[in-house]
Order: sequence, then structure tokens, then C-alpha cells
Amino acid sequence: MRGSCHPKNTRDRAVCMTNCPTLIVTVGLPARGKTYISKKLTRYLNWIGVPTKEFNVGQYRRECLKIYKSFEFFRPDNEEGLKIRRECATSALNDVRQYLSVEGGQVAVFDATNTTRERRGTIVKFAEQNGFKVFFVESVCEDPDVIAQNIVQVKLGSPDYLHCNSDEAIEDFMKRIKCYESSYQPLDEVLDRDLSYIKIMDVGRRYLVNRVVDHIQSRIVYYLMNIHITPRSIYLCRHGESDLNIKGRIGGDSGLSARGKEFAKHLRKFIQEQNIKDLKVWTSQMKRTIQTAECLGVPYEQWKSLNEIDAGVCEEMMYEEIQEHYPLEFALRDQDKYRYRYPKGESYEDLVQRLEPVIMELERQENVLVVCHQAVMRCLLAYFLDKTANELPYLNCPLHTVLKLTPVAYGCKVESVYLGVDSVNTHRDRPENVNVQRSTEDALQTVPAHF
Amino acid sequence: MSGTQRDNGPANSTEAKKTDLRMHEKKCSWASYMTNSPTVIVMIGLPARGKTYMSKKLTRYLNWIGVPTKVFNLGVYRREAVRAYKSYDFFRHDNEEAMKIRKQCALVALQDVKAYLTEEGGQIAVFDATNTTRERRDLIQAFVKENAFKVFFVESVCDDPEVIAANILEVKVSSPDYPERHRERVMDDFLKRIECYKVTYQPLDPDDYDKDLSFIKVINVGRRFLVNRVQDYIQSKIVYYLMNIHVHSHSIYLCRHGESNHNVEGRIGGDSELSPRGKQFAHALHEFIDEYKLSDLKVWTSQLRRTIQTAEELGVPYEQWKILNEIDAGVCEEMTYEMIQETFPEEFALRDQDKYHYRYPGGESYQDLVQRLEPVIMELERQGNVLVVCHQAVMRCLLAYFLDKGADDLPYMKCPLHTVLKLTPVAYGCKVEMFYLNVEAVNTHRDRPLGKIPKDSAIIHRRNSYTPLSSHDQVKRPRLYSAGNQPWLPLAPTPSALMPEGRQSQTRIGSGCLSPCVKESTLTAQTKLVAVSASE
Repeated sequence: MRGSCHPKNTRDRAVCMTNCPTLIVTVGLPARGKTYISKKLTRYLNWIGVPTKEFNVGQYRRECLKIYKSFEFFRPDNEEGLKIRRECATSALNDVRQYLSVEGGQVAVFDATNTTRERRGTIVKFAEQNGFKVFFVESVCEDPDVIAQNIVQVKLGSPDYLHCNSDEAIEDFMKRIKCYESSYQPLDEVLDRDLSYIKIMDVGRRYLVNRVVDHIQSRIVYYLMNIHITPRSIYLCRHGESDLNIKGRIGGDSGLSARGKEFAKHLRKFIQEQNIKDLKVWTSQMKRTIQTAECLGVPYEQWKSLNEIDAGVCEEMMYEEIQEHYPLEFALRDQDKYRYRYPKGESYEDLVQRLEPVIMELERQENVLVVCHQAVMRCLLAYFLDKTANELPYLNCPLHTVLKLTPVAYGCKVESVYLGVDSVNTHRDRPENVNVQRSTEDALQTVPAHF
Repeated sequence: MSGTQRDNGPANSTEAKKTDLRMHEKKCSWASYMTNSPTVIVMIGLPARGKTYMSKKLTRYLNWIGVPTKVFNLGVYRREAVRAYKSYDFFRHDNEEAMKIRKQCALVALQDVKAYLTEEGGQIAVFDATNTTRERRDLIQAFVKENAFKVFFVESVCDDPEVIAANILEVKVSSPDYPERHRERVMDDFLKRIECYKVTYQPLDPDDYDKDLSFIKVINVGRRFLVNRVQDYIQSKIVYYLMNIHVHSHSIYLCRHGESNHNVEGRIGGDSELSPRGKQFAHALHEFIDEYKLSDLKVWTSQLRRTIQTAEELGVPYEQWKILNEIDAGVCEEMTYEMIQETFPEEFALRDQDKYHYRYPGGESYQDLVQRLEPVIMELERQGNVLVVCHQAVMRCLLAYFLDKGADDLPYMKCPLHTVLKLTPVAYGCKVEMFYLNVEAVNTHRDRPLGKIPKDSAIIHRRNSYTPLSSHDQVKRPRLYSAGNQPWLPLAPTPSALMPEGRQSQTRIGSGCLSPCVKESTLTAQTKLVAVSASE
């Protein structure tokens, strides 16, 4: 049975999501946020461990039709245009089939307007033939301000409009939308009552949810209902340098060093200067983050889920000691740092699972400062910057540095601010030799300096 | 609290005590960060649309995740007011006297809601009534606005006659309104009752009249949902929960792994394998499943050897959940209770003082457990038949959710080895059947220590963690016949002079009132005798 765990299965997944792959199909006029939703959803699903890929039909069209001339291509009476667009859709669906049936993908997001019942019917038939479940995500919006903002943020920079000025581009795009309007058949409560879908209205003001059939669809619905597009920033930083940091020891629950306390003061100054509206501050339940937040002089909330990764038997050891006492474990960790679980401890994979509610709540909130730990910050950062499981454990999250993340267009802008207080470096790169037979010298090649 | 002396001295100090209780709870309760102002959930729908089912289930879930919630069922208030239900005529929309009574009941219930949310530390009140007219909903909205509460509507719309008939048979036939329980008569009368409401039913209108309200419309038992303007975290959680529950008949089987080697030695925690008797149990469990021929049974285990080995014997696919792992006993892992007492006597004592909140050094507490088990509960709600092979502490937490047990009872619930608990949702609750599979095992249960344990330290509270509460039973407002009050006559007009103002709450913490007799609130040192009867 595809997807079920057999005893030999060593992948530590929290739950087998679904047995058959799912095809998510976006529906909506241009500039309704379909690509925004597709990319965000894909990023979230990949982060929680569900292999997902998006297929944007616009991309296929751009490959096929090297040069975009004008909105005329999209006119409903443009036979040539219609033919090409149909071919592009078919080509994309073939790639979807390849991804879900052959390459081991679990979810494919088919990002296109899909505004006619006919087109959607074709897709449903395609899915049935291949044993995929289908879930539609329709975005309906009539607010001209939202649409205008969309166009400015993502359309003006599109490859289609590289050679136009802003006004021309906007005018052309509005005409393009008009081409779709006449043939648009929104999902209907009666005619489409047997389909599984969520209709998002006015950027999340209202939702209509129909026939959610399994866990993954229910998670998708929950996620879509928690995201918003109100401008805000998320600040991520680690606690100030701790006593154990100085000694090169991992884990534990030590307090701040003198330099760590200095950092906390600088952090307070930084926050005040930024003049952030309604900033929420979150910490873990460990001393070092709490002490850091205490300095800020604002209310803060402690989350157990933000606690640092549990290093089990290796807690409070130096890397040199780990190499001495557990050389095999040390090598195994270097071989697969994301999945490796410390004996009696956790893996990065476990971390991601326990951080999911934090991510969900970060999506709901507006301005937040999260004071956390190295491994935790790597996981959160990987979510926002769409990093893979291989990259995640090696993301650079130095002490005494604040990362300001601001969602923009389809991604996230990152500003790194070093607050000018010295600290040890706790980043250990992957050494060249990860063989279990390696020498001590090879194993400790990348250990950062410490006292 | 400042100790300003006022005329009603003693009542004031209890007021202060209540507020202190609430402030203290607010500090510990995760919910109070997530929900700033209390929320009133207002049910909407014709009779037999599952409103009370959803109210009770939602309340049970919210209490389990530590959000103090209580249901206020208007039918109960109405039954207090009108002692003997005669027939559906009472519900005719042209029955003026009855309409007055029903409105009065609503007002009284709302007063109780206010007391619960402002004085008793409640966070969410579920107002369970038909609330089918705009007039009634406007009244509620005015009340909510006046008190600075948030309001979230849950409307249940159903036009499937089979579902409605099944509803009536399952819960209405045994209602106090129909003591004679004659099915056909009940069905007939109830259907006529529904017709009475239909005449004036104004469903929520998302396009116009009600477009600014926060609500979820549940259509045909979860086939479809319309969600409008979710305002905050708790509303989003409520929506998520309501979208995951269903009413299809299913059973959940809970059992522990077979007896393990550590169990035999009296050691806690660890990751040992099954003892010979444990393996026997696994065989017996296999036979048990075969005997019951459960269709599409899903099997879930933790990621510890003993549950996996148990499931392996069943010969069916199973899923491993890390979050089903046993409670982490930290420094006490793999010790016997004697060893713990010897090595960490203070820890041992602390745990007995407050077993629910106590966290093993380097380990977890039951409170942590409940928090990590929440996704399991959500997924159990979504599923059909499931067998969960888990551990003692984990099973207690899951059981507490299904059987609506609070933090006090949870750590002492009995979950013996080699016994399968079958939970079947029925009417508004859960039927439990215990199956001992006839393979002997050691007893790993440690009872609540007798006698009072001196609590020198304050309550251990962890911010941002769940403390499961249990739902309060519906409060039956006491009828006071003393002090010259007349027993209330059904159709007499309500003298406005007798409407109490600033009436104190009559609720009891912890146990429901079972009979409508005179009760004194345990909260108040001196009860103000209030002309309660006149206002019903």
C-alpha cells in the first residue's frame, strides 16, 4: 500500500498523509493570488515533509511562445492562442503525472486559471485515470485595490512585461483579465457539489469548503485559512551568548555570559529604533532566551516548542568529547544531519514537526520577534526561505545577529543585522570526511573555536 | 485586590477571591494569551440539526486543550421554567405566552453566560439554542457588545431527512420532554415542533445582512462549510475542529503494548522489548481483531519497541507516531519507583503532590503530554475505526479527552495492561467497553496517595501548556422556595420588580447540579437569597 509505514521503514514520519497522490488545482481570474497561494502552499507542504511541486502553466506558455506580444493572445476568439494554451496545459499535466506516479511526489499544484468547467472536467478525468485525488482552490476577489496591488507587486516584474513601462503593462494586464471574464464559470455550490474544494473570497474574508476527504486536504484548508497578506515583518534571532556557548558545549540550560547580556541590551535598543507596531515577542522555556527577552522590557510569551534540539546523551558535551565517546554517532550525524537523531534525543526532522504549530501561529500573527536557538532558528528560516532538508542543518545563524524577514511578492526579503557584540562562533560545517572510520582529526576539522 | 470596605463586606471578599482565582488562572492558562476577550459561541439551527451534539463535543475539546468552556443549553432553562412539557403547541410562533417565557429563559441564560465569563474564569461560553430569528440574534449581539465579548456563530443546516430522523431517534426519544418514550408519538410531535420553527427561520445571510459576522455554516453534517471572518486563533481552532469531526458510526480501540521486560522489573520508561506474556497478549490481540472483523481498521503505534512489537503480531499495516511515545521520565528513566524514592526523594514527593503538572527533571509532565497529543486527537476525530497501541500515560490523556476528565482525574485513570478499551460515540457522549484479553500481566498502576499531602509550593504552572479541564454539567438553576417566594406559575406575568440585579452566580465548581433543589454555591460564604424563581 503506497504510503503506509512498514516495519522496515526507517523514515520517522509523524503520520502517513495519504495513500494516493493529490492534485491541487487553482481556479481564478488573473491577479487573484493563485500563484502566491500555490508557492506558499508548496513551501509549507515540503517543509512538513510532504514532497510537493508546483506546475505553473504560464511558465509552459512562456517556453512555448518565446515572445509575449500583447493581451490579444488571450482573446477568447484567438484560435491559435487557444490551441497553444491547451497544449501547454496538456504538457504540464504530463509532467504532473511524471512527478506523482514516477518520481515519488505526493502533491502536485496545478497553477493556472482553470476558469471553465470544461477545463476542470478534463483535469478531473485526467486525475481519475491516474488514481489521483483532486482538490480545487479557487480565489475570488472583486476588490480593485487588492487586484491593483497584485499587479504592481508581481505582474510588472513578470518576463511578459520586461519591455514595457508600468502604465502600458498595467493597461495590457487589465485587458488580459477581461478576456477571461466572459467565460469564467466559478465553482458552483450546486453544479460542483461533488468536487472537493475551498473557495477563498476577498483574500480570506470568507471561505466555502466542500467535501474535504482526507487528512492532507484538511491540513491544506487549515493552512489556507490561517495565512494573510497584511504587510508585516518577522524577526528571528538567537539568545545572547551563553556560558555553555563559550565553552563550546552543546545543549544544556545555562544563563547568559557577560557578552550575551550586552547583546540583550543592544537588542532592546534595536527594537526600540525599529519602532515596530504591536510587536509580539516569543521565547523558548530555556534560561538563555528568557534572560534575553527579560532585557527587552516588553511582555513576552514562552513556548516549549521553541526549546533547542534535544541532544540526548550528548547534552552539554563539547564536539571533541562527542568524538571521543561516540565517534560512530558523530560520523552518522555528519552523514545525514537532517534525519539523524541523537540517542535519547531528537533530530532536525523531529524539530520541524514540533515547530509546525509555531509556524502556523506565525502565519496568523503580524509583527513578531522570535528569540530562539540555533537548530530551531534554522528550521524556521528554512520554512521562510524554502530551503531543502539537506540545506537546513547548515544554514548560518550566528549569535548576536537579527534576521528581519519581510514577505514580498512570492517570497521573503531577508535583512541581516549584526548588533555589534562579539561572540563565539557555534557553526559547524559539514567536514569532508564523514566515513565512520575517519580519524579524530578529520572528524574535528570544522569544529569552531572555543575557550 | 485593594481592601476597600463596603457595605456587603463578606460578599466583597469572595468577589476578590473569585477575581484572584481568575487572575491566577489567566496567568497559567495558555488560552488567555491566545484569546484576549471571552468569546460567546452561538449555535443556530432548527431542532434536530446536531447543535447540542456539536456544542458538547466542542466544549469537551476546548476544555481538554485547557480553554475553560461551558455549554448553556436553553432547553434546560425552558424545562426549569415549564415543569411539564405537554406538546409541540408550546413552540407555535403564535403562542404569545410561551414566546414570552422562551424569551425570558434566554435572558436568564445570557445572565449566566455573563457570570461565567466575567466572574468565574470562563473563557468561552457556548449558547446552545435554536437562535433562528434575526431578532433573537440581534438581542444576543447587543448583549455581547455591551459586555465586550467576542461572538462566533455556528449554524447547522441540514435538509437530509434521514439524518434528521436518525437524530430524533437517537437523542430526542430519550429527552426529558418525552417521558413516555413512545417512539412514533415522539417522532410525530417533534417533527411538528420543527415545523413551528421553520415558519420564522432566518438562516445566516453571508451576502448581505450577516456579512460582517464571524461564523461557520455547517451544511449537511460537514459535507460543506461556509466560513466567514474568522477573527482570532481560537476561532480558527474551532473551525478546524468542527471541520474534522463527523457523525459516522465508528469505534476507537485503545490499549497498551503487551507487558514489557521493564514492566516485569517494575522499571518505568525505557525502550525494552515484550516479555513472553507480552507476546502472548499480542497474539490474543490479533485474535480479538479477527473476531471483531473490523472493516478498514487503522492501527497506530508509537515509535518504541514494545508497541511496534505488539502491532507486528497483528499482521496488518500500521503507522508509527513519535508523538504517541510514552511520557519521558527524564532522569528517572528506567528506574523502579523504589529507586526513584531513594535517589530523588523530593522529586518523588513533588510528583505525588501534583502529578498532572509535575515535570520529571529532563523529562515531561502529563501537561506536556496533552499538548503533544493534540494532533492525534484531531486525527482520531477524522478517522473511522482505529486501534491505538500506546502507553499508560498516553492512554490516560487520550481517555481523558473521550471521557471528559479533567487534570485532577487524568493521571490516576486506570489503564491496565492486556486490556482493550472500546470507545463508541453514542448520543452526546462515549460508551466504554473493557475487554480483558485473558493474559496475565503485572499491575503498573499507582493509586492516588491517601491523605492530604502538604502543598508547600504554589501550583506548578507552565505557560503555554495545556491543562485539560472537564466540561461543567449544565447548571440547573436552583429554585428557592423560602423567604416567601411563590413557586413560579407558568403563565403568570413576570414582575419586573423581581428581576434581580447583580445577582451572584449559583454555579458549583467541579460537579453539576443533578436535581432542582435548593443548593448553596460553594463559592459564596454568604448566599444572597435572590428571587430567582420569578425570573424563570
